[in-house]
Amino acid sequence: MKLDKSLVVMLGLLVAIFAASPWIPQWILFIITLAGANGLVVLGLMLFMRLGLVSFGQALFFCAGAYTTGMLSLLLKVSDIILLMVASGIIAGLLAYLLGFLLAKYRAIFFGLLSLAFSMILYGVLVKSETLGSTDGFTVNGLTILGLVPDPTQMKIVLFGITIIVVMASLLFVNMVLKSPRGLLLTAIRDNEIRAEYMGASAKSTIHLIYVIAGVLSGFGGAIAAMVSGHIDPNMTFWTTSGEFVFIAILGGIGSVSAPFIGALIFGVIQTIAYGYSPNTWQMTIGICLIAVILVLPDGLWSLMAKMRKNSRV
Amino acid sequence: MSNLLIVLIDGINYAAWLFISAVGLTLIYGVMRVLNVAHASFYAFGCYVAVTLAGFWFSHNYPPHLSFFALFGASFVAGFIVGWILERFLLRYQYAKDEVVILLITYAVFLILDDVLKLIWGVDPYYASDPYELLGNFSVGEMIYPNYYLLMVGAALILGLGLTYMLKMTRSGKLLVSVIHDREISSAMGINVGRFFSLTFSFGCALAAIAGGITTPTISVVPGLGVDVIVLSFAVVVTGGLGSLPGTALAAIIMGVVRSFCVHYVPQLELFVIFSVMALVLVFRPRGLFSLAEARKI
Repeated sequence: MKLDKSLVVMLGLLVAIFAASPWIPQWILFIITLAGANGLVVLGLMLFMRLGLVSFGQALFFCAGAYTTGMLSLLLKVSDIILLMVASGIIAGLLAYLLGFLLAKYRAIFFGLLSLAFSMILYGVLVKSETLGSTDGFTVNGLTILGLVPDPTQMKIVLFGITIIVVMASLLFVNMVLKSPRGLLLTAIRDNEIRAEYMGASAKSTIHLIYVIAGVLSGFGGAIAAMVSGHIDPNMTFWTTSGEFVFIAILGGIGSVSAPFIGALIFGVIQTIAYGYSPNTWQMTIGICLIAVILVLPDGLWSLMAKMRKNSRV
Repeated sequence: MSNLLIVLIDGINYAAWLFISAVGLTLIYGVMRVLNVAHASFYAFGCYVAVTLAGFWFSHNYPPHLSFFALFGASFVAGFIVGWILERFLLRYQYAKDEVVILLITYAVFLILDDVLKLIWGVDPYYASDPYELLGNFSVGEMIYPNYYLLMVGAALILGLGLTYMLKMTRSGKLLVSVIHDREISSAMGINVGRFFSLTFSFGCALAAIAGGITTPTISVVPGLGVDVIVLSFAVVVTGGLGSLPGTALAAIIMGVVRSFCVHYVPQLELFVIFSVMALVLVFRPRGLFSLAEARKI
């Protein structure tokens, strides 16, 4: 399998961060881990954008993953991190597989709005379920890994390590998908679906496949977010959460598989700083950044890097 | 039997509110193909303007029955002005972009305006129930309803019929219909499409603000109240078929009545049911109830 130079750099960077994790302050670890969780969801959105689709309901699978983790540990007392991760990915993927039959037929704004409807249906259900804490949600704790019970500090490093591993695996996997014939189809479908179909390709099955991949990635992201923050609530599937994911996708751009994670990290930093300085105007900061990116860098931050590389070559 | 009547009255009241809140959104989309997420902020803006003016009005002992005109008028004008500024200085330059990209721009505007509202009015809740109490009650059987219900339904009817009249009967309405059908040809025929766009956008924003103004006496005005309204408006507008007035009205009635049934018989499903109706309609009519067929472009 051929790897881009940027992907190799990204993977190397992740390994380096992981090796250095015992020396990184806790709060930075927290930001990076959450960025990894968000980045996984946005990686799925990036695939949609390659298809020319924007989903305003990807938080559905994020939340499904988080609640799978939460409910398994709350109701069935499953506490193993790896087991919870796998279960969350499977459940979110299954949900995406089922919804995909329907959503794969929709394009443009209707794709976005129908996925919004589904995420709001889940929100409506969760808000009214008393056993799951209704709008307050509930806490997720007492996690173990392979039978070991790490103390809170070790736990954070363990979760961090698992996030890094999942992120690296997803990067490689999505890179492989994009380089495959099926992956090359994405741009063709975006540019002209009918022509792509005349060549014998099925837009519907491609979109369905991507939908499931994005669903599984989001499920992993949700499981990580649930375990790292230790708390889940229905807001995870509210439309504003989906909006944040779309924002990160636009911020990073769709130029590379690494872009969503860089976008997510920058989003985490902006959010932390803006929230720390003035909690009442952090949304405004996000909004201004979004307009600035759309107007100045329509292809996202990643296009800056591509431009720099081109200049240095000349 | 009387139970059914109660459900229907609640449903129609809610439908009227849904229609008032959503009509601006569908108007803007119908003409400009812009799905305006900032609708939420204009709604909230209308609420804040109305609540502030209500406080002023009733503390100065101005004639209380005129307060309705003052409140609704003020929200309308405020929404119109801010909407015009937004169109003139930002959106006007973005029309060439993709529908979804423009949606994201209005989403960014929503994020910004929501915090601007917090900066101006703070985070404390406001109330203005005087106009609500002023109108008194009416009774159906043993149930007592506030007359404000009737005002909501009346406002919805006036808005719906008024807009239909404007589009079908007046000269500028007919010109607008031609702009909806084909921008380029309209422009070639000498219609100032740019001006229609900016007027439509401002008017749509003003409708969002007036929806806020009409709702204000029945709620407490708190930060972030637009967030819940916009998804409901989305649901109504998309179910009805984006850009269709009769579709929006029908969708509002269906959702209002279905929700009211739910609230009375299975209250756990309140939010769930609205979006289920939307999903169900989209499954069978992918572009909503009143949508026109669109030609495939090769």
